[in-house]
Amino acid sequence: MNFNLQPGGFLVIVGENGVGKTTLVRALLGQLRPKSGSIEFNGPKKNVKIGYVPQFRNLDEEYPLSIRDFVGLSLMNRRVPWLGRSEVLRLNDIMNQTNLEKIADRPVGLASGGEKQRAYLAQALINKPELLILDESTASLDNEMKYELLDLVAKFQHSDQLSVIFITHDLPLAQKYADRFLYMEHFKYKTGPIADLPVEQVEGR
Amino acid sequence: MFAFDFMRHAFVASTFIAVICGIMGVFVIARNMSFLTHTLAEIGFAGAAFGVFAGWPALNGMLLFTIVSSAMVGQMSVKSARRESVISAVSALFLGLGILFLSISDQTSSSATSILFGSVIGISVSEVWQIVILSIFVLIVVLLMYRSLKFESFDSIGARVNGVNGPLISIVFLVLLALSVSVAAQIVGSLLIFILLTLPAASAKYFVHGVAKMIVLATLFALVGTWLGLYLGYLTNWPVSFFIATIEVIIFVAALIHARRA
Repeated sequence: MNFNLQPGGFLVIVGENGVGKTTLVRALLGQLRPKSGSIEFNGPKKNVKIGYVPQFRNLDEEYPLSIRDFVGLSLMNRRVPWLGRSEVLRLNDIMNQTNLEKIADRPVGLASGGEKQRAYLAQALINKPELLILDESTASLDNEMKYELLDLVAKFQHSDQLSVIFITHDLPLAQKYADRFLYMEHFKYKTGPIADLPVEQVEGR
Repeated sequence: MFAFDFMRHAFVASTFIAVICGIMGVFVIARNMSFLTHTLAEIGFAGAAFGVFAGWPALNGMLLFTIVSSAMVGQMSVKSARRESVISAVSALFLGLGILFLSISDQTSSSATSILFGSVIGISVSEVWQIVILSIFVLIVVLLMYRSLKFESFDSIGARVNGVNGPLISIVFLVLLALSVSVAAQIVGSLLIFILLTLPAASAKYFVHGVAKMIVLATLFALVGTWLGLYLGYLTNWPVSFFIATIEVIIFVAALIHARRA
């Protein structure tokens, strides 16, 4: 399989459940090793730093951590229990950029669906990845919140030259934000600029 | 009351135990391990029975049983949906062994049963030192892996995608938990260890929303319970464990009421 995503580009991955979209992503992350073949990034850098927002999170309504503390969990570059000065600054920064600073002290368990997704996004972006992977992050959101979340992602895409891979079933959303698509079927795929997305085929008509 | 050696020993030992339980308890609650903690406490009793049988100090038997059983739980329950039944199976095996050793041992079983209900009054200086050393060990390990443990405990999915070695953290934590259970069983008894390792932290999470804050508050709740429990036990001659249990339950109920009002 071959597909093209430039720095600062936005690739949408579509296809039925079970064709291996999440598996592909986990292979990119290095969590799964391919049975045969290998994964190569063609570019000046061979090691791309990836931030990943998984599809499912197991946080119940009694989940105690504040949004701020939850976002800060992925600060893993130092070992000491307390946060260093630069880490605090980075945490404040990402909280501001994801519009979470006003609700920073609220427990995640009490946050709305959109707020939770923003917190997951902030946690994935705090270590400044070059590639962000969103796995059906908008699936549980209402229409307005979907666009709000992706507007935010697009902001990072443009300001930080962030590349984005977005797995979704929502074609209008894909067409609005992506510049390229990857359509996966069992044992075959299509890829190209978003304008060439075979909408009728994807929708199964 | 500090004129008596046994009260001074009891206070020093209970202070260390309260700190350990406050810290470990926050992760026990975050990792949904209350049931395992309860089970480990019972397995600790079985280990004490084995210690008596083998002519060892009870603590060594407890450490052996709790560490082996928690390693088994960790190995067999990589799939979290399977964890509850694995815990049941492992505890069945070890409790069965405990009953066996209790019955075939020629020595009196009183030291094993004192583990069951706690015997903080009457521990020796060397036992106090054992508790202090084990506590420091647990503290150091937690400090060394604090960020990974925090991430893995409070967001296991996020931790995995960030490259945290979840299975390793889980096993190390289980061994630490086994150590803490064995240490704390000396003071409140196996059956009540469950209380200090779960209730203070479970209460703290309704008042504060950061890991460090939860650790501080849980430790405080554990300290209040053990100190006040010792004092009331001294005054009344009633079992210390009874007072500690009651105080921690009162704090927990207060936390639930607070959560409903907030």
